[in-house]
Amino acid sequence: MKILIIAEHDNQRLKPSTAQVIAAAKKLSDNIQLLVLGYQCGSVAEAASHLAGVEQVYLADAQCYQHFIAEQLTPLIVKMASEYDVIMASASTFGKNFMPRVAAKLNVAQISDIIAVLDPQTFQRPIYAGNAIATVKSLDDIKIITVRTTAFDPVETIDHSAPIVNAAPEPTHHTTEFLDLVSSNGERPDLTSARVVVSGGRALQSKENFELIEQLADKLNAAVGASRAAVDAGFVPNDYQVGQTGKIVAPELYFAIGISGAIQHVAGIKDSKVIVAINKDADAPIFQMATYGLVGDLFEIVPQLVEKL
Amino acid sequence: MKIVIPLKRTIDPFVKPRIKADHSGMDLANVKMAMNPFDEIAVEEAIRLKEQGIASQLIAVSIGDDKTQETLRQALALGVDEAIHVSHHTDLEPLNIAKILKAICDQQQPDLIIMGKQTIDNDNNQTGQMLAALLDWPQATFASACVIDGQSITVTREIDGGLERLKLSLPAVVTTDLRLNEPRYASLPNIMKAKKKPLESIPLESLNIELKPHLEILKVEPPPERNRGKILESVDELISALKNEAKVIE
Ligand SMILES: Cc1cc2nc3c(=O)[nH]c(=O)nc-3n(C[C@H](O)[C@H](O)[C@H](O)COP(=O)(O)OP(=O)(O)OC[C@H]3O[C@@H](n4cnc5c(N)ncnc54)[C@H](O)[C@@H]3O)c2cc1C
Repeated sequence: MKILIIAEHDNQRLKPSTAQVIAAAKKLSDNIQLLVLGYQCGSVAEAASHLAGVEQVYLADAQCYQHFIAEQLTPLIVKMASEYDVIMASASTFGKNFMPRVAAKLNVAQISDIIAVLDPQTFQRPIYAGNAIATVKSLDDIKIITVRTTAFDPVETIDHSAPIVNAAPEPTHHTTEFLDLVSSNGERPDLTSARVVVSGGRALQSKENFELIEQLADKLNAAVGASRAAVDAGFVPNDYQVGQTGKIVAPELYFAIGISGAIQHVAGIKDSKVIVAINKDADAPIFQMATYGLVGDLFEIVPQLVEKL
Repeated sequence: MKIVIPLKRTIDPFVKPRIKADHSGMDLANVKMAMNPFDEIAVEEAIRLKEQGIASQLIAVSIGDDKTQETLRQALALGVDEAIHVSHHTDLEPLNIAKILKAICDQQQPDLIIMGKQTIDNDNNQTGQMLAALLDWPQATFASACVIDGQSITVTREIDGGLERLKLSLPAVVTTDLRLNEPRYASLPNIMKAKKKPLESIPLESLNIELKPHLEILKVEPPPERNRGKILESVDELISALKNEAKVIE
């Protein structure tokens, strides 16, 4: 069984998700190759070649791949697909965007968001906001799979490096044009791979107050997340949203501060090791799943935490 | 401009889903159902484009059992002009849904398709991208803003890392994210008027498309439960528990 993994990166750095997708792939086969599509991204291919378990890295370095536009990425992946049994990518907004397009072009299904590999045909994936786990069997010859990376521990970086081979870009007639990217993230750790995540909800009331969450995150070298309500209200950028329809996180330590614990939010944090909830309502649903809870006003509790940590 | 809005009737997002006792699937008997929330956002966006004079004809399409017509009526009450119901009684996978939608779009020749980025039941996040592939149209997923300018559409996308803007030529497929708009409610007069709007129901077989299963669901089980933890009395107790008991901070 031969597997091709589409590497996730920003043309400079390989994202940690790729090492987790490789971990999922290793449950299927040891014959793993990577495809890096991007522009002036030789350093990414170099980093990818040092991931344990990778046998070969294909590098398609061309301007058309600079912004990872689905219409551009798809033709080369589809062309290469006939050589493989499985194509995998992370279930981030990167993989979710082009993988279904690849699947439909190949006339096969996509298996979204897998959390376990049972055998080469059979996978588990959460459905209904994680309220159920479906075991699904693929009937296709080529399997297109996106991986919920929090469910897999990343493979290591090793000294040995796999060979890097150039792949020629595959043209498309589509003219989709990238205009700009307003980046949201500063220097903070990546939300989906951080060891500690501090999230705030509607209760923060304003962008200014949300700085309390940032201060606590600073103390813990944590990533910052938010509920949908906090994002909708404009306290934080969109990609801070944790939950069923935002990012899935599974840190060692998760703080839900002024967040009620709606099923859509809980869907994104269930696999965290320790959950701390701070909420003034003792009946808030979040307390049913929190490891530790503090009932009280966050505007009193959080400054104390910041001071004492 | 003609817009097709595919939509699905799903479980109400505020209902806790139940799993069938034999683990063969979800138990949807007597469960409150609703229009998939992302599809409500798609309908709203299409209506706004019509109100701005950019779109002239809005067609909602849904595949499902007879109850699906209620959801299509809701779309009509909100401001969609016509609805097509493709009658079929089992839940189909995204690729097959995309094939059915492609057949409808081949007939209807829309300039734009707006649909939800995912349904809140199967959480697949695939159908829009697959439909774009089958039509060989450009796609813009996870939209938080759309601006149409002649023969092109500029879409702001909610992606990891920020907000990206893409310019696509029409026809195109756009999938909606939560921040695109805030859907309206249907007014009583519009609910009454919707009863007279055209809703055509056709059997899936009449489209003559070959569909086969690509996935088999072997079982559906509850996830591992998290235990209820403890309520602590003070910040000092919390810090001590995190350090000494859970050992997650130093
Ligand atoms: C289609 C769909 C998708 C969705 N996807 C997501 C998603 O991905 N992620 C997500 O998070 N949500 C999502 N939601 C929204 C979700 O249903 C909830 O509305 C949302 O999570 C609520 O956010 P919240 O907990 O911040 O706000 P609220 O539910 O309003 O809770 C605020 C909490 O703060 C507490 N509080 C208030 N003041 C204080 C204070 N001073 N000190 C301490 N506590 C205080 C209150 O007791 C309350 O529990 C989705 C909804 C839909 C319909």
